[in-house]
Amino acid sequence: MTQTQNGSGPALHVEGLWKIFGPNGDKIIKSADAQLPRKELQEKTGHVVGIRDVSFDVAPGEVFVVMGLSGSGKSTLVRLLTRLIEPTAGKVELYGEDITAMNDKALLETRRTKVSMVFQHFGLLPHRKVIDNIAFGLEVRGEGRGARRNRAQEMVDLVGLSGYENNYPDQLSGGKQQRFGLARALAADPEVLMFDEPFSALDPLIRRDMQNEVIRLHKEVGKTMVFITHDLSEALKLGDRILIMRDGEIVQIGAPDEVVGAPADDYVRDFTSEVPKSHVLTLKWVMRDPDGTEATDAPVLQADQIVRDAARVVLDYDGPCRVERGGDLVGIVDDEDILRVVVAEEASA
Amino acid sequence: MSVVAAPPVVSSKEEQPYVDPERNRHTGYKLLAILMVWLVLWLALRGHQTRELGLQDKTGFHDWLNEVRDWVQLHGADNWFFGGVLGGIADFFNAVFEFIQKLVSVGAFPRPVPEIGWLGVVALATWATYAAAGLRATLLVVFSLLAFGVTGLWSPSMDTLIITLFSVLLCIIVGLPVGVLMARRDRVSAAITPLLDAMQTMPSFVYLLPMALFFGIGAACAVAITVVYALPPLIRITEHGIRSVPETTVEAARSMGMTQRQLLWQVQLPMARRTIVVGINQSTMAALSMAVIAAFVAGPGLGPLVNSGLQNQNVGVAAVPGLAIVLMAIMLDRTTTAASERTSKGGGIASVSGPGVMLAGVVLERLPRWATEDAGKGEKRPRLTAAGRSSLLAVLLIPVLVAVWLSRYTLSLAEFPDVSNTPVLKYLDGASLAQDINDFTDWLVPAVDTFTLALKDDVSNWLLNPLQSLLADSPWWVMAGVLIAFAWTVGGWRPAVVTVLCEAVIFGTGLWNDSMVTLTMTIVATLLTMLVALVIGVAMGRNRRVDVITRPFLDAFQTIPPFVYLVPALALFGVGRFTAIVAAIAYAAPIATKLVADGIRGVSPTTVEAARASGSTAWQMITKVQLPMARQALVLATNQGLLYVLSMVVIGGTVGGGSLGYIVYSGFTQDPLFGKGLAAGIAITAIGIMLDRIARSAAARHGR
Repeated sequence: MTQTQNGSGPALHVEGLWKIFGPNGDKIIKSADAQLPRKELQEKTGHVVGIRDVSFDVAPGEVFVVMGLSGSGKSTLVRLLTRLIEPTAGKVELYGEDITAMNDKALLETRRTKVSMVFQHFGLLPHRKVIDNIAFGLEVRGEGRGARRNRAQEMVDLVGLSGYENNYPDQLSGGKQQRFGLARALAADPEVLMFDEPFSALDPLIRRDMQNEVIRLHKEVGKTMVFITHDLSEALKLGDRILIMRDGEIVQIGAPDEVVGAPADDYVRDFTSEVPKSHVLTLKWVMRDPDGTEATDAPVLQADQIVRDAARVVLDYDGPCRVERGGDLVGIVDDEDILRVVVAEEASA
Repeated sequence: MSVVAAPPVVSSKEEQPYVDPERNRHTGYKLLAILMVWLVLWLALRGHQTRELGLQDKTGFHDWLNEVRDWVQLHGADNWFFGGVLGGIADFFNAVFEFIQKLVSVGAFPRPVPEIGWLGVVALATWATYAAAGLRATLLVVFSLLAFGVTGLWSPSMDTLIITLFSVLLCIIVGLPVGVLMARRDRVSAAITPLLDAMQTMPSFVYLLPMALFFGIGAACAVAITVVYALPPLIRITEHGIRSVPETTVEAARSMGMTQRQLLWQVQLPMARRTIVVGINQSTMAALSMAVIAAFVAGPGLGPLVNSGLQNQNVGVAAVPGLAIVLMAIMLDRTTTAASERTSKGGGIASVSGPGVMLAGVVLERLPRWATEDAGKGEKRPRLTAAGRSSLLAVLLIPVLVAVWLSRYTLSLAEFPDVSNTPVLKYLDGASLAQDINDFTDWLVPAVDTFTLALKDDVSNWLLNPLQSLLADSPWWVMAGVLIAFAWTVGGWRPAVVTVLCEAVIFGTGLWNDSMVTLTMTIVATLLTMLVALVIGVAMGRNRRVDVITRPFLDAFQTIPPFVYLVPALALFGVGRFTAIVAAIAYAAPIATKLVADGIRGVSPTTVEAARASGSTAWQMITKVQLPMARQALVLATNQGLLYVLSMVVIGGTVGGGSLGYIVYSGFTQDPLFGKGLAAGIAITAIGIMLDRIARSAAARHGR
């Protein structure tokens, strides 16, 4: 595994990041206009706010999902992180290195070795065989043909497409192309992988396959991942933490159960209303304070257990169960607490 | 990083692992091998069996062609075809030409002046342009016509304009129905398309001699040549316009019970109208460029003036009518373009992306303006209602008629007055302008000749001479073999077969050696053209601002008739091969540059971004991503570049380019060489077809 860089500290540190599209973005950000809502700013100056004052940290090895509807600025955000789009203001640090202050050479080096990206429309080169596509990143950083072929072949095996390496991209289905997109991103052995809606163009079954593939690869190679999506269920499935964006601003950052259990505002609540809550929420969100009715020999459940997984135990036991965290009793749940979650979601469905 | 074997992919999907069926062609190695063998044979056999022929020497074939010419001249008048059909057409053309000429530019006996004097012509043209193309085009027309008059070129300008517009009219009469028919009958289209291909592959210069044989020399021949040359673009674009009416619209019309005739008149033609007007624009520009070159078959107008200036190496004398031609080109282009923008009633024109369509067979004369610009841009809300416009035009007709009447009865309004003694205007008189231009040239040429001479010498010594020696000094059979092997390697057996046939034709004309010299010049000029096109085109494709600044210049260059390019080239580089090459580059580079730029721009932005995210430098981006992905556009640009270059290199024969072009030219000027000139035309056509086929096959093969 490759978390070699100065152990502690976040993998990615983003602070006060802004992007205002238009010729005079850097002037507007210093004026009072920057505080105007998106629409008014556009009417007044013709400039569009892409990202407004965004800050967050991503821990090493974390899967960090950025979620929002189209136009919310999530694709802009991921491009600002490697300066595929130049930020108007703010700071991005990758393992303590300030990307926003880098000169062109250092930036190229970062893109070649530390960050890789997977794109919605794959971005494979149509005139090269997929194996040469995978090796492209190694080629631009000047590795020899033999070495990069070997490495690329390893990656082909890793994503489970051995035998297809001599195809051209347009001979493959979208799902396979995107597996090769993944392989290309992994080939450079980067510290951070960025995904820009990688599965939006795929049909639902393939999408599920690919999500599982990402989970598997994450387990195997343990990279830090920044994952952009507009699909909440994808976000909940993959994310350790989720950042929800609207109009270029952060609405909420939290673990999946926090986002569903304690939506920051109506926007997020509306978003999460159709989520099967029992699949996401942990007991923490449904338990009551201990009131002395719990039996000492009642089954013990953990507070971070998903409701669905705990349901069987609670329903089988007659009376409230104990919910503990680190051996301490933190709450109790009974049949009704469980059913409330399950029934509520039946009603909304 | 540990690599764990992945579980098998669960995918019920179609595609199979690919067992590399692509034969590795090793094109590069094969070409290198051909070159090595060629060099060895060249070293051993240089100068033998080169089939060289002195300028005044002729072969039996040339004599036979002369005899054919003699027969036509002696007995043609009695022959039903030459005298009857062609003679009838020629008489008709001549009659119409002379009729209009008497109307606007020469004395109409017994009157010493034309029926309508210059003021009347200007007034009529103003009115007509205003009605069809709006105010801006009108101002340009007025300015241009007055400029023709002031420079003392009224009569030749009118002659060129008459030939151009009369030819365009004939093109419309013939071309529209043919285009419509081709759009509606696939079989007709399949039959005529190859003919159009051949016509457009043929350099304009080659048309001249055979047409002179058929129509005699003079105005009739000029009209006939111009029609033949300007017809293909109009037919093609008409067919394309009708075919690009959406299938769903046609279906909807059918479902309402429209007959074929109703469908054509009420749906297809109105929807294709704007495209057709663009076709007329293309046709007009082609017509003007040919009407100028028709000088060589004694076509009247500005062309002969340019030519005599060139032949006397008097740049100023050639430049004044040359500038008049440029002005006329701009005037005609802007007027027809403005007219086409007016005809648009929202959409109607299918968005056509250049390269794809061109490869599909619609090889347009030049990349049309509407392929690159926003199609809806020209639309403005009219300030007047239709009725208001009609009455305005009717009212405006009164002063026009007054002007016509005045110009009939006032000498100074009938014949353009000589301005050489008028204050201010005297500086614009033709002779005085020519003198100024010569003074300027005399100052400029020594000022830049360290650069121009160095360029000329370097290209001649390092590229032109060695290559010419290699091609022209090799024994003919070595050269023939090399070309066949080359065609086979880059394009497969089809172009190889075409190459064999074309070589047979070239050999048959007896002009093998001269053909190889022309081929050398074509290759060198194409290489340099592609160099220019790559540098500028890549910059344009990568940077929108460069594109916005550069493209109007390219558009302007493309409007200029090729013959005119010879004037500045001659001024800078003097008489010789290099002048022809420079003119050819200037002529071919705009289209090639545009194609390269569009190809680079067409590379998928996702791919570019992905490569950027992988850390590609700008150079890696160009060489590893953008150029390879734009390969098809590059090959197409080369193909177009080759044809443009060939047609210009040949015309350059008249300013010392030598070889085939000069032989064609000698065919006009020296009676005994007519047959040889005709043969040279055939050889040029064969070279053009050969190069075109090789380039096309290469494009198709390297399509990925």
